This record gives sequence, structure tokens and C-alpha cells, in this order.
Amino acid sequence: MTDLLDVADAVAALAHDGEQLEAYVERSRDTQVRVHDGGVEQLAVAESLGVGVRVVRDHRQGFAYCGTFDAGALGEAVAEARDNAAFAEPDDLAGLAKPDGVEPAALDLWRPGLAEVPTDRKVDLLLELERAVRAADGRISGFESCDYADVLGESAVVTTTGIRRATRATGCEIVAYPLATDGDETQLGFGFSVGRAFEELDLDATVREAVERSVRLLGATQPPSGRLTIVLDPWVTAQLVGVVAGTLSGEEVVKGRSLFAERVGEQVATPALTLLEDPTDVRAWGAATIDDEGLATRRVPLVDYGVLRGFVHSTWTARRSGTTSTGSAVRGGFKTTPSAGCRAARLLPGPTGPAELLAGVDDGVLVQDVSGLHSGVNAVSGDLSTGAQGLRIRGGELAEPLREFTIASTLQRLLHDVTAVGNDLTWLPMSAAGVTLVVGDVSISGA
Amino acid sequence: MLDESVIERTLAAALRTGGDFAEVFVEDKRTSAAMLDDGRVEELSSGRDRGAGIRVVVGDTTGFAHTADLTPAGLSAAAEAAAAAARSGGGGVRQVALSRRTAPRPNQIEVMPETVGKGAKVDLLRRADETARAEGGAIRQVRARYGDSRRQILVANSDGLLAGDDQVRTLFVVSSVAFGDTGMQTGYESIGRTVGFELFDRYEVEDVARASARRAITKLAARPAPSGTLPVVIGPGGGGVLFHEACGHGLEKDLVDKGASVFKGRLGQQVASPLVTLVDDGTMAEEWGCFSIDDEGTPAQRNVLIEEGVLTDYMWDFLRSRKEGRPTSGNGRRQSYQHLPMVRMTNTYLLGGESDPADIVSSTESGVYVASLGGGQVNTASGDFVFGMTEAYLIEGGEITEPIREGNLIGNGPKVLAEIDAVGNDFAMGHPGTCGKDGQGVPVGDGVPTLRVKALTVGGTAA
Repeated sequence: MTDLLDVADAVAALAHDGEQLEAYVERSRDTQVRVHDGGVEQLAVAESLGVGVRVVRDHRQGFAYCGTFDAGALGEAVAEARDNAAFAEPDDLAGLAKPDGVEPAALDLWRPGLAEVPTDRKVDLLLELERAVRAADGRISGFESCDYADVLGESAVVTTTGIRRATRATGCEIVAYPLATDGDETQLGFGFSVGRAFEELDLDATVREAVERSVRLLGATQPPSGRLTIVLDPWVTAQLVGVVAGTLSGEEVVKGRSLFAERVGEQVATPALTLLEDPTDVRAWGAATIDDEGLATRRVPLVDYGVLRGFVHSTWTARRSGTTSTGSAVRGGFKTTPSAGCRAARLLPGPTGPAELLAGVDDGVLVQDVSGLHSGVNAVSGDLSTGAQGLRIRGGELAEPLREFTIASTLQRLLHDVTAVGNDLTWLPMSAAGVTLVVGDVSISGA
Repeated sequence: MLDESVIERTLAAALRTGGDFAEVFVEDKRTSAAMLDDGRVEELSSGRDRGAGIRVVVGDTTGFAHTADLTPAGLSAAAEAAAAAARSGGGGVRQVALSRRTAPRPNQIEVMPETVGKGAKVDLLRRADETARAEGGAIRQVRARYGDSRRQILVANSDGLLAGDDQVRTLFVVSSVAFGDTGMQTGYESIGRTVGFELFDRYEVEDVARASARRAITKLAARPAPSGTLPVVIGPGGGGVLFHEACGHGLEKDLVDKGASVFKGRLGQQVASPLVTLVDDGTMAEEWGCFSIDDEGTPAQRNVLIEEGVLTDYMWDFLRSRKEGRPTSGNGRRQSYQHLPMVRMTNTYLLGGESDPADIVSSTESGVYVASLGGGQVNTASGDFVFGMTEAYLIEGGEITEPIREGNLIGNGPKVLAEIDAVGNDFAMGHPGTCGKDGQGVPVGDGVPTLRVKALTVGGTAA
């Protein structure tokens, strides 16, 4: 198979004198299986690849991409990126990353065995998942989907400024969305398991979670509006941490779109909260040895005991801020240029387990899922309002199921209203890890 | 895009080891974009993606593979991979003879974006930035984006179908940030059509910029949104996302077949207020979700989904229609050649009614007026859905009064459809949108006249 560094080297060699050029090369091999009613509904196997080219010339940046390694197409992309640069406005700070002396951590993210797992084994595991979820509870009536997916992903960055690095990682998952039905009512739940190797997938835990999360919602009603303590499931916390982490992107900070831009050193959250970005933690789904500009990733403290410490930066946002990159350049694939962002944020766990935290809530709501995070949260103003479903907590015990309500606050307030962080750090397939979180005095809107 | 004999050979290779159906989907997509942020034209970007997706159906199993290698050898390898994925049992040789089908183009393209100089695209950005900032000192930041795409597709299948389309889209978006005593607020406005650069002969980027800036400035004075269940009046145009979430997804036949829709088994029944007639129309010229053929080669169609409150039909993809021997509906779409098609909406809209929009507001004693909606999300199994309000006001004593801050509204699809008690005569289409489903995004349009829902839960913080 073609070495990605060779492809990137060949593209970088097309640079003209007086310009900087970056080749970002990606390739992934994916398998996706979906089963339905005891048979395979879909099976897809594919290799995807592409190259993104940045050219910086006379302090102007241009970009182009192509979804092939074909030499002719790569040449066209370079020419197009160069031409695009001529139309951007000059920026004295424009420029690619340069080696900064930080060596990438030695992380074991690649399990070649994943490529050797026969398709039949993947199908069998999935069929067993479907069967076991159905068998676990008579109210499981079917599935919206029951999927297996794996990916062997590689990328490489070569620049004319001296960056030449590659990275690779494997990952796989099983995800079930079962339907629980009682009379006219149907509720949807989910369960999943992720790993870097096939053997890490936990079938039993997935079944348990999928059944519990769907069946326990049957009979759910709309709660009355009011202000209550909410307990966020790790799955929900991870999504909110992702939103908060987004406001700490150097890109938003330098462009005046971050709530926290001028607040380094201030108490922005309750002392119970410590937030850090650490892609060098091999347990994180987003763990990586290098960022998307080819610099070594590193641990970045963001909030210490409620005090804002700093932001995540790419090369450009760091220059704008008069600091150095934190190795936090992120791209949405080869078709986009890098921005600054978190890929492995997490809260420091507290001392108390989730069961004990729940037992301490006299009157509240356990939120097991949220919806409309993209439409009801404005990371610039801080307004926060999401659809939710979960269970009532009465006298420290889980009670009746609830649906069709929203939880609302502002990001600023929410960070101060957190009263406890659980000890149940949970690694999830997103850019932040989860943990149980207790938040006081949140607006619930319902009947 | 590809020689017919090559496609015929690829289909034959896909069916060499048996199979009920095979399809080749070829796509060549070019994009160009220009971005201004922080007062500076930051970057221009261009891209090209070309490849083919091949699916083979054996019984109830679909095998799929894709390749960026469009040579006969590359296509044949992908065809064999798709066939292997479908784990076909039997064998045999099938010849496929293709016959070309043409479908009418919803509209012509006057100025292909690729013929327009990059300087002209960049100028639009500068004009927008200047205009937005001129709306007042409160405007602190402006981001403007120009984007165009040309997507040429070709679909061929073992039924002998051969069809193609050339889809052009042009988009312009402005987001503004205003700063005041209450912190920062944002305003967003966009225009997008399936046309070329003539978009800017019909619409002024200054109008887009002004609307974006004014929306941000208006919200600086916004008070917290109410918390609780209230009458909600939705303004014309941007409210279509309500129907997209409340029932659009639930009427997609793939979800219905899996029992994951509250609208399963309800054909012919009253599922909405008699004021509701809902249409999904891929032929709607120039609208964001329009096309000549869908991504399975079926011509775009206008389909009435709900007529005067009665559920008349679901939306279908080709294979489901074929299996049930019923007419196609033209709703089989995919994000790219790297994806399998699914049942998707096109342009989904509520037909106009008879009420005067002013009367709808004045007859609402107390509630919320939503002038502009953001995105939304639905759980089709339970019917619960949310959607965001990006510009909204209180209604007090039958009048629109103060602006309120952003938030989600939550409701249950069938319940909300039944509680629509007024539909205005001021129908308008809304903003270009991207609909996400199962990890794939496709362009969609929507539209509504002014309408009122008797009771919806507003997810604010004010008691």
C-alpha cells in the first residue's frame, strides 16, 4: 500500500520558491454492517482517501483538496490552492506550523489485528447483539438500527517549513437503537460499546444499556415546569463539556466570539470543576500523537478548580494571541483547513460514585439524554436550552420516567451551579469524556 | 461521465455471482468557497471529489462498495467488492442493456459559477462585511461565506435505467455578533438556490448582511424566554423546520417499516388539524432541495403527504417502491458516492391557508411569536421533537412586544399537528438547510405561512 508520507512528500515537492506549502493526506478503510430481523441488511466495505493543500504566499493563504492520490489531480489542487491564495487578503501572521521541539508521545492507537477480523465474526457479533436485546425484555419490539462499524485511519502532514509526521489509529463500535413498545407507545433507547480492537467490544454491557435506556422510558409523561436539581448522565455531560470546550477554542477567542476571552485567571466555575484537554491519554477516543498541523499533541489545562487557565491553540491562533501552539489544530477531514479545538477534553472526576450522588438528591431529575443541542445552545451568548428525557428522582431514588421537557440555563451559570462531579469517568466516542454531574437550580420547562 | 459499455460491464460484474439488483452511482462534484472573518478575506477554497458507489442487492441484503478509481479496472474491483459484501449465493450471467431516461430540469442555470472570476466572489464578501458593520457600533464581528457547488451524477441499474443530472447550488451566509450590556448575541441570515451566480442579480448581499446584523442587535435587548406551555405563532418562511421535525422524518418509509415512526399504520387517518396540507416537492424550481433526478435515478416529484389533515402517503426510495410494485416518489437521496441512498425529504412545506396573519397575532392574548427558527431534532419513535428559535418575541395582549433570548421548543409530532388552529395566507419559503440523518447530510428546503400552535412547550428560564 502507498505510504502516506510518500504522497505528502510528492505534493510538498511541488512548492514554488517563496511560498510555504502543506500537504495533509488522509486514508481510511471502513467496514459498516447493519442487521435487521436476524439477517444482514447492509454491508459496506470501502477505502476513502484524499489530500488537502495549503499554500501561503505573500502572507496570503489559499486552500484546495482532491479525493484521490492521482498525480494529475494533486498537481491541479496545488495550482488551485496557489491561485486561491492570490485572492485572500494579506495577514502578517499567516504561515504554517514549524517544528517546536516537542516530541509526540508514544501512544499505542493502532491494532492491526482489526483488519484481520473476518466479516463473518463482525456479523455474528451484531446478530447476537440484536438477539440478546430482544430476548432481554418482551417489550423490545424492534430496532431503529443495529450497527457495527470499524475504521483504520491514517494521516500524514508534510510542510516546506520542516514538519513531516504521520499518525494512525484504529477503532470499532457496536451500536443498537432498540424500540420498546407498550400498547400505542414506543420509546427509543440506545446502547453502544467502542474499542480500538475488536476484542474490546463489550456485548453484555451494550445489551444491558440498550434495554435499560429504552424500556425504562415507557409510560413517560411531561413534568410540570419548575426549577430543580438535575443529575446528568455521563453521556449528557460529555456533550455539554464538548460545548464548553468549544468556547475555549483559540479561534473563537481571537475573533471575539468566546464568552471567556478576557477571563483568564478568573473564577468562571465552581471550585469542583477542573477541565483539561489531554489527547496524550490513550484511553480517550480522540487520543492522537500529533495534531492536524503535525505538531505533537500535549496536555492543556483549561480550568483549574474553577479558575480559567487558558485556551487551546493552533499555530495561527497562538500567533494572534502572542503565545505558542498547544498542538490543538483540528480539521474536519482533508477538505477543510485547520482551526483550534479540543479532541480529548475531560473533567477531573470527584470522590463520589453516581449511586451515592443520586441518593443525595431529594427532588430532581436524572437526564439520560438531550436533543437539539445544536439548535438550542448558543455558544456565543451562552444561552442554553435542550430537549431532555429521563427519570424523576424522589427521596434519593429513581422514580417515574419523564419526556417532552427542556432544561435551560446559560453556560456561564451552569458552570457555577454544578454542585458535584462523580467518580465515574466514562470514555465515549466523542471529543470529550463523560462523568456524572449534579447541577442545582436548573429551569425545567414542561406542562 | 462514463462510457455506457463500461457501465454495462460494471453492472454485469456486480451480478456475476448472482443478485437481484445492481446499481452504479457516479458522481463528480466540484466546490468553491470564499470566507471572510474578522474583517479580512481569510481564505478561498476549491475542491473536487469524483468516484462511484456500487450496490448489489441479494434478497434482503445490500452490499455496497465505493471507489475513487473510475477506470474499468477500478470499477470492476468495486463491483466485485459490493457483490462479495452482499454474500451472494447462486451464480449466473446477466446482461444489462441500458436505456437512457431523461427528466425535466426544474430550472436552467444562467451563469455557471465556474465561469465567474474569484475576484467577483470576494467582492460580495467585502460588501456584506461593510454593510453589517454599518448597522451600528454594537456589531463586533462579522463572518461571511460564499459557496458554490456543481454536482454531476449518473445512475445506472440492472433494470436498464440510465439517467443523469447536473446540480448547481449557490449559497451566501452572513453571521454577525453584537455586543452590549447584556453580553454578546448572534444573528444569522442566508440565501441559497439551485442556481448559478445569477443568484446575486436577484438578491442583494447587503440585504442578507443587514438582516443578520439587525437580528443580533435586536437580541441584545432580549429578555429570558418563558418557561412552560404557551400558544406559539410561527412567522412565514423560516418555520418549515417545525413540519420537517414534527412529521417529515416520521413519514420516511424506511423508519415506518422499522416500526420507528408514530405515523406507522395511520394512512388514510386524520393525523393533523384539517388546516394542514403538507407537500414534499423535489420539482420546486430553484429551491434548495430541488433536482431533476434523485440519487437513484427517479425523476423528482411533487407528493402530497397530508391533505386537509389526512395522511395520504409516505415518502419512498426506489427499492421499497420496486418491492411493493408501487409508483416511486423520488425521495432516494445520498450525501455522496461514498454513501448508500436513503429516504429523504426534498422541499417540504405547508400550503397557505385563509387567515390574515395580523389576525392570527391579534387573536393571541399571550404567547410567543417565532420569526426565525434554527435547526431541530426528532425522535421519530416517540414523536417528540425540538426546534430552536433564533429570533422570537413575546405576544402580549394580541401584540408582538419584546424580543426573547434563544432556546428550544419541544413538542410531540401528532399532538402538535392536531393543535394547529390557524394557518395564514402569506406562504413563503424559508432558508436553505442541510438535513442530517444517519450521518448523512443533504440539502433541503422548507416553507410555511404564518401559523399558530395552541400549545407548545417553550424551553426558556423565565417563570
